[in-house]
Amino acid sequence: MSILKVNKITKSFGGLTAVSKASLELEKGELLGLIGPNGAGKTTLFNLLTGIYVPDSGAINLFREGEEVALHGLRPHNICKAGLARTFQNIRLFKDLTVLENVRIAMNKNIKYGFIPSFFHLPSYRWEEKQSIDDSIELLKIFNLDDKKDELAKNLPYGEQRHLEIARALATNPKLLLLDEPAAGMNPAETENLTKIIGEIREEFDLTILLIEHDMSLVMKICERIYVLDHGMVIANGTPEEIRSNKRVIEAYLGEDINDA
Amino acid sequence: MEGLLQQIVNGITLGSIYALMALGYTMVYGIIRLINFAHADIYMIGAYVGYYCMSFFGLGFLPSLIIAMFICTLLGIIIEKIAYRPLRNATRISVLITAIGVSLFLEYGTMFFVTANVRTYPEMTGLLARTIKMGNIVISMQQILLVSITIVLMILLQFIVKTTRIGKAMRAVSMDKDAAELMGINVDSTISFTFGLGSALAGAAGVLVGVYYNSINPLMGMVPGLKAFIAAVFGGIGIIPGAMIGGYFIGAVEVLVAGYGNSMYRDAVVFGILILVLIVKPSGLLGKNTREKV
Amino acid sequence: MKKLIGLGLTYAIVQILIMTNAITGYLQATLVTICINIILAVSLNLITGFTGQFSLGHAGFMSIGAYVCALITMRVPTVYGFILGVLLGALAAALVGCLVGLPTLRLRGDYLAIATLGMSEIIRIIFLNMEITNGAAGLNGIPQFVNWTWLFTFTVGTVLVISNFIKSAHGRACISIREDEIAAEAMGINTIKYKVVSFTIGAFCAGIAGALYASYFYFLKPDLFGFLKSVDVLVIVVLGGLGSISGSILAAILLALISSYLQSFPEIRMILYSLTLIAIMIFRPQGLMGSKEISLSVFSKWASGLKSKRGRV
Ligand SMILES: Nc1ncnc2c1ncn2[C@@H]1O[C@H](COP(=O)(O)OP(=O)(O)OP(=O)(O)O)[C@@H](O)[C@H]1O
Ligand SMILES: [Mg+2]
Repeated sequence: MSILKVNKITKSFGGLTAVSKASLELEKGELLGLIGPNGAGKTTLFNLLTGIYVPDSGAINLFREGEEVALHGLRPHNICKAGLARTFQNIRLFKDLTVLENVRIAMNKNIKYGFIPSFFHLPSYRWEEKQSIDDSIELLKIFNLDDKKDELAKNLPYGEQRHLEIARALATNPKLLLLDEPAAGMNPAETENLTKIIGEIREEFDLTILLIEHDMSLVMKICERIYVLDHGMVIANGTPEEIRSNKRVIEAYLGEDINDA
Repeated sequence: MEGLLQQIVNGITLGSIYALMALGYTMVYGIIRLINFAHADIYMIGAYVGYYCMSFFGLGFLPSLIIAMFICTLLGIIIEKIAYRPLRNATRISVLITAIGVSLFLEYGTMFFVTANVRTYPEMTGLLARTIKMGNIVISMQQILLVSITIVLMILLQFIVKTTRIGKAMRAVSMDKDAAELMGINVDSTISFTFGLGSALAGAAGVLVGVYYNSINPLMGMVPGLKAFIAAVFGGIGIIPGAMIGGYFIGAVEVLVAGYGNSMYRDAVVFGILILVLIVKPSGLLGKNTREKV
Repeated sequence: MKKLIGLGLTYAIVQILIMTNAITGYLQATLVTICINIILAVSLNLITGFTGQFSLGHAGFMSIGAYVCALITMRVPTVYGFILGVLLGALAAALVGCLVGLPTLRLRGDYLAIATLGMSEIIRIIFLNMEITNGAAGLNGIPQFVNWTWLFTFTVGTVLVISNFIKSAHGRACISIREDEIAAEAMGINTIKYKVVSFTIGAFCAGIAGALYASYFYFLKPDLFGFLKSVDVLVIVVLGGLGSISGSILAAILLALISSYLQSFPEIRMILYSLTLIAIMIFRPQGLMGSKEISLSVFSKWASGLKSKRGRV
C-alpha cells in the first residue's frame, strides 16, 4: 500500500532546473534511500515535499487511512499536520531555546487550549502543558537527551544536535519522516548508533522513512529500496543490489566508487 | 493642460532631489543590506554646510556645493567606521537600530549647535534669480540648475560605477562579499567608498534644496529621507537606475496628488505606494525576486 | 504568592503616598508615563523581542486607542464611558493591527520595519485631516478618569497577560518564529497566523496605553504619535533586552527617571538617547537583561551564591 505518490514534479531556479519531472512512490512502512551526487536536487526535492518551495508543475499526494490528500500548494505547516516531518541538512534547530523547548514547540499541534486560557493560565492550560512536558521528556529519552533538556540547543555537540532534530521532527507525530543527511559529520561509532535509533523509531512510531545520505555503507545497509537522483531527474530505483550494479548510476557517480560500500 | 505641464516641471524638480538621495540609500543597501536612516541627516547637514558657506563666508553657489559634498563624504565615511563597522556581523535589527540612533544623534546634535530655528538661504542673485516663462508655465533658473546638476551627478555616478576599478569592486561586493574578499578586493574600503559616494550625493541634494526651497532646519531630512527610501524600494533596492526612476516617480506622484487631490494626503499616498510595492513586488520595479536557500 | 504580596504592597504604598500628597503634580505625571511606557514596551517586546518582527509603528496603534477613548469619554463623560473608551480604543487598535498586519506580515526584517513606519505615518496623517479629531490642533479637555488604581490595574493586567501568553504553547509558537521561521513552519507552526496574533495583541495593548494617555493628560494631537514616539518605545525595549519582560519594565522606569531629570534640556536628552542606542548596539546588543527575566527565585539564588538559571520557560 503506498503512502506517498510524487508525480512528475519540477522546480527551476532561474535557468537551473533543480528537480525535473521527478516521480517516486513510497510504500507504507518502508525505509527508502534517496541518493545522488552533490547538487543533484535531493534537498530541493525535500523542500518541495514539505512545501517550503512550491513545485512549478506536478503533483504530490499523501494517502492516510485510505484518504488521498494533495500536498502540493499547501503551506508547510499544513503539510506537517498532514503527517510529513523532516530534518534539515544544515541543522535548523531553535538555537537559543532549550532542548525541551525545541521539542515542545513541535508538539504544539496537540495543544487544544485557545488564547484565553493562555492569557490567564486556566486549568486547561495547566493540564495540557504538563502533558506536553511529559510527552516531550518521554521522546527525549529515546535519544538520551532527557538529562540535557534544559541546555540550549546551540550548546549541544554536533551529533546530539542531529539527534535533537530527529526528536523534534518526531514530536510532530508524523506518518512519514524525511531525513536529510542525518549522519553527515558523524564518526563511525556515532553513525552506528544513529542507524540503531532509526531502526528503533521506525518500529515504535510505525514510520515510513525517506533518507538522503551520502554515506553509502549506511544507505546500502539499512534501506530496502533506493532512488537515485541526478541533475534533478530520477535515473534509477531498486534494491541496493540493483542500484550497485546499475550502469547509469555508476556513470552519475563517476569518480565516486559506490562499490566500495 | 498648462497646469499639468507646470506640475510636471515641479515634479521633475522635486523628483531630482529624491533621486539624488535615493541613490545613497540604494547603494548602501545594496552593499551592506542596511537602511541607512542617517542618510537623510547627512542631506540636512549638507544643507547647513551650504548655508554657512554662502551666508557666513559669502561663497558662491558652486564652491559651496563642492564644500558641502566634501564634508558630507567625510561624515558618511566616519559614520560607517564608527557606528556600522563594529556591527558588520550583527543581526540586521541591531544595525537598523544603530542607524536610527545615528540619525537621532545627527538631528539633535545639529539642533544643539544651531538651534531648532528655521534658517533661510540667502537670496540668489543674477542669473540664478531669473525665471523663464513659456505661456503660463514658469520655470526658474534654480529649477534648471537643480535638474541639470542632478543629471550631471548621475552621469558621473554611472561612470564611476560602470568603468572604474572601485566601481567594479562595489558591484562585486554587493553581489557576494565573501567571494569579493577572496578575489582580493578590500571590502572595508569599498564599503567606505560607497558611503562616501552616497553621502556626497545627499550633501549635494541638501544644498540644492536649500537654494530652491530656501528654508532649512535640523529635522528637514526625516520626511524626504523616508520618501527617497521609498523611491529606492519602488525602483528596486540596490539598483542604481531603479533609484533614479523611483525618485522621479515619487516626485511626480507627490506633485500630482498635491495639485489635483488633497495636498494634506500627499505623504499618505507616498506611504501607501510603499506598502503596495512591498506587498505586490517587494523587489521593486527593476528587481528580481530571490528566495532564501534552505 | 510572593508575587501577589509584592504587587499588593507596591499598590498600597504608592496609593498612600498619593493620598498623603507625597506624590504630586510632576512626580505623578512621571508615574503615569512610566506605567504607559511599560505597557507600550512590553507589548512591543511581544512583537519585536519575542516574535522577532521589527515594528516601527507602535505609536500608530497607540494613537488609535487614544483618539477612540478620547472621543468616547468626551461624549459619555462617566466612568462607564471611560471603561468603554479604553475597551473600544484597544479593540480598534487591535483591529487595525490585524488588518494592516495581514498583508504586510509577509515582509521580513527591515522591510517590515519600514512598512509599519509607513502605516503609522498614514494613521497620523488621517488623524491630522479628520474633522472629528480636530486636525492638527487636536482634542482638548478630555475628561480625566485615570487615577493610580486604574493605572495600576491596567499596567499589571497587561504585563501579566502578555507574560502568561509567552509562557504558553501560543507564546512558544511566536518565539519559534523569531528563532527560525522556516523551521517553525516545517514543525507545524502557522507562522502567518502567529505573526498576526502577535501584532493584534501588541496593538491591543498599545491601544490601552493610548487610552490611558488620553484620559490622564486630557490633550491629544497627532504629532504626539510620530516616528519619535515609536522610537521612544523601541529604545526602552532594546535597552531592557529584546525578549525580556522585566528588562522592559526596568528600562521604562530608568528612562522615565533620566528623561524627567533632563526635562529642561530636550536636545541633550535626545543626544544621550541616541548615543545610548548606538552604544548598546555596539557593546551590549542583548540589552540590560538579554532575554533573561528577573524573578524572586533568581534573587535568592544570587544571594546563596548559586549560578543564576535561565528564567524563561
Ligand atoms: N533557493 C535556491 N535558489 C537557487 N538555486 C538553488 C536553490 N536551492 C537549490 N538550488 C540549486 O539547485 C541545485 C540542487 O540543489 P540541492 O541542494 O537540492 O542539491 P542536493 O542534491 O541536496 O546536494 P547536496 O548533496 O550537496 O546536499 C543546486 O545546483 C543548487 O545550487
Ligand atoms: Mg542537500
